[in-house]
Amino acid sequence: MPSSRLWLARPFGERSTLIFLAVLGATMALVVAANLLLAPEHPLHVSTYTVTLLGKYLCYALLAVAVDLVWGYLGILSLGHGAFFALGGYAMGMYLMRQIGDRGVYGDPLLPDFMVFLDWDSLPWYWLGFDMAGFAFVMVLLAPGLLALVFGFLAFRSRVTGVYLSIITQALTFALMLAFFRNEMGFGGNNGLTDFKELLGFDLSADATRLGLFIASGVALALGFLLCRAIVVSKLGRVCVAVRDAESRTRFLGYRVERYQQFVFVVSAMLAGVAGALYVPQVGIINPSEFSPLFSIEVVVWVALGGRATLYGAVIGALAVNYAKSVFTGVMPEAWLFALGALFVLVTVLLPQGIAGLLSRSRQQGSDDDSDTQPDTPTDTLDATPREATP
Amino acid sequence: MSFLQSLADRDRVFDFLVPEQSPVDVRHGPILYLEDVSVSFDGFKAINDLNLTIDDGELRCIIGPNGAGKTTMMDIITGKTRPDQGSVWFGSRHNLLTKNEPEIARLGIGRKFQKPTVFEALTVFENLELAMAMDKSLWPTLKARMTGEVLARIEEVLETVGLASLSRRQAGILSHGQKQWLEIGMLLMQRPRLLLVDEPVAGMTEQEMERTAELLLSLAGKHSVVVVEHDMGFVRSIARTVTVLHQGSVLAEGSMDKVASDPRVIEVYLGGDEEAA
Ligand SMILES: Nc1ncnc2c1ncn2[C@@H]1O[C@H](COP(=O)(O)OP(=O)(O)OP(=O)(O)O)[C@@H](O)[C@H]1O
Ligand SMILES: [Mg+2]
Repeated sequence: MPSSRLWLARPFGERSTLIFLAVLGATMALVVAANLLLAPEHPLHVSTYTVTLLGKYLCYALLAVAVDLVWGYLGILSLGHGAFFALGGYAMGMYLMRQIGDRGVYGDPLLPDFMVFLDWDSLPWYWLGFDMAGFAFVMVLLAPGLLALVFGFLAFRSRVTGVYLSIITQALTFALMLAFFRNEMGFGGNNGLTDFKELLGFDLSADATRLGLFIASGVALALGFLLCRAIVVSKLGRVCVAVRDAESRTRFLGYRVERYQQFVFVVSAMLAGVAGALYVPQVGIINPSEFSPLFSIEVVVWVALGGRATLYGAVIGALAVNYAKSVFTGVMPEAWLFALGALFVLVTVLLPQGIAGLLSRSRQQGSDDDSDTQPDTPTDTLDATPREATP
Repeated sequence: MSFLQSLADRDRVFDFLVPEQSPVDVRHGPILYLEDVSVSFDGFKAINDLNLTIDDGELRCIIGPNGAGKTTMMDIITGKTRPDQGSVWFGSRHNLLTKNEPEIARLGIGRKFQKPTVFEALTVFENLELAMAMDKSLWPTLKARMTGEVLARIEEVLETVGLASLSRRQAGILSHGQKQWLEIGMLLMQRPRLLLVDEPVAGMTEQEMERTAELLLSLAGKHSVVVVEHDMGFVRSIARTVTVLHQGSVLAEGSMDKVASDPRVIEVYLGGDEEAA
């Protein structure tokens, strides 16, 4: 059996991508159909509540893909991606707050309720523009992207790597959490932003809007996945793997490693921001708990469970763990963290390549499907992934 | 003479892929020239008044007991260590002491370290692809497509180092010897004029050593090659000129037979060593 490090290599072929997109698309179509076409009494009917729950999971899955891009392929174990997720969420939340207009409890046409409550008489400058959807959506990308850019500039130029980098990312999200807890920051303090009414004119409590958000989350996941895949199968992706496994050797070949790290880190942060932005209208609230260091660690656990450096493994991990979490917290909520910890230990010991490793192994045992495209090489589980760039 | 040279240059197939800096000028002498080089670490003279010249296309073996300063000499040539005094020239045009490591690498000096480091998760082919001399900045790399020229170059190097049949294998599953060849291949992808190879056959089997000898011999002529090696049998099988280093300076130089019969060499190296047989 190959060492897990070797296994950590392969961006998958076209085939896995198609399978992933087909499964995602088919599942979503079924959910939509079961929600719209089946009567509520029908045993297979999917309620709007469930649709929204699934939409939330899809956002988590996109966040997990973003983490896998930097961790799986570049070797940066970010324990602070929740911060980028939350920033995207806050950008969306600020737009949704301003959409409330004078329908808030205090009826102020300009100021959100919490600002009236704090006796503020004008909108802080950084809230300007958030009444425009276009501006807000750009900020969904820019806010996390800029933070990642500055963070990456400081960390990667001074060659902070490994555990130290992970700790700094934890510190980053922790510091942001403390900052956002403060009322004076102007983001609603520990209550955060909530009581949203409309998104782009659509009533957020309407079933159709919720279904639309679910579909949007799935589309965002598919696009984010394709973007990450495009990066991973490019030559740049191979440079990333080289950096992950032998950073100084890569540098010695003449690659400016810190640029690559910075680029991929920023892309990943922006994806996390998009995930957060789609998450907020579905759960109806954004508050500083999304910055919690624990949340960022949980995301890494999803990726590890699903299987690192496969992208689709991250999706599987996010969905599986969150489904387990919903079931578990329904039965005995206080035990969830222990269950998660136990799951993590079990999988790292028994399944070092995660669920995706299990899948690809059984698939290869079944049919050796990908190897037949390279008749010139011996059949080998290690290189059973053809690459269009290397004929 | 220079007219002939330019004709020869024009014959090179992949001329446009050669890095754009001014070429190494070897018309007036050797490709590498070290004069009176000394370096000391905390008062200890690791290199002591070292003089060494390597001719263009030459295959030179450097031997010497542990701590003789062989690796340190390579550090100086590649810009990793700055000498306290002396001069180091690459051709007659480039003063290496004014250049840093990446600049020296780009001038065409490739180095293989004692311990092979290849990218284990990538295939042999991809290892060579990443090592190719080309624009290594972010955007060109993101948009890079496999072109016929790159492919041809990789295939050429795969043939040279004898790894063509393994090109789609992950480098991590290669044997130790194969990794060493891959690393030499990665050097060749950068089209070096001068190759510095530190202990290539350490840990290799007999057959692997033979193939490595063939490989290095085939490189000589097209490239200048400097090999540091402990294994006497191996040195004997490839050596044309051998330089014996001892306590940071040249003790003897000449054909293998000549240095092997030099009484001083026998005393400091061959005599006191298990290699005496
Ligand atoms: N950076 C350094 N700092 C201090 N001493 C050093 C340094 N580099 C080398 N030396 C010393 O210089 C001497 C020459 O070392 P060098 O590595 O060049 O020997 P070598 O000929 O390559 O030996 P070997 O055959 O064991 O590889 C040794 O005594 C070593 O301890
Ligand atoms: Mg040495």
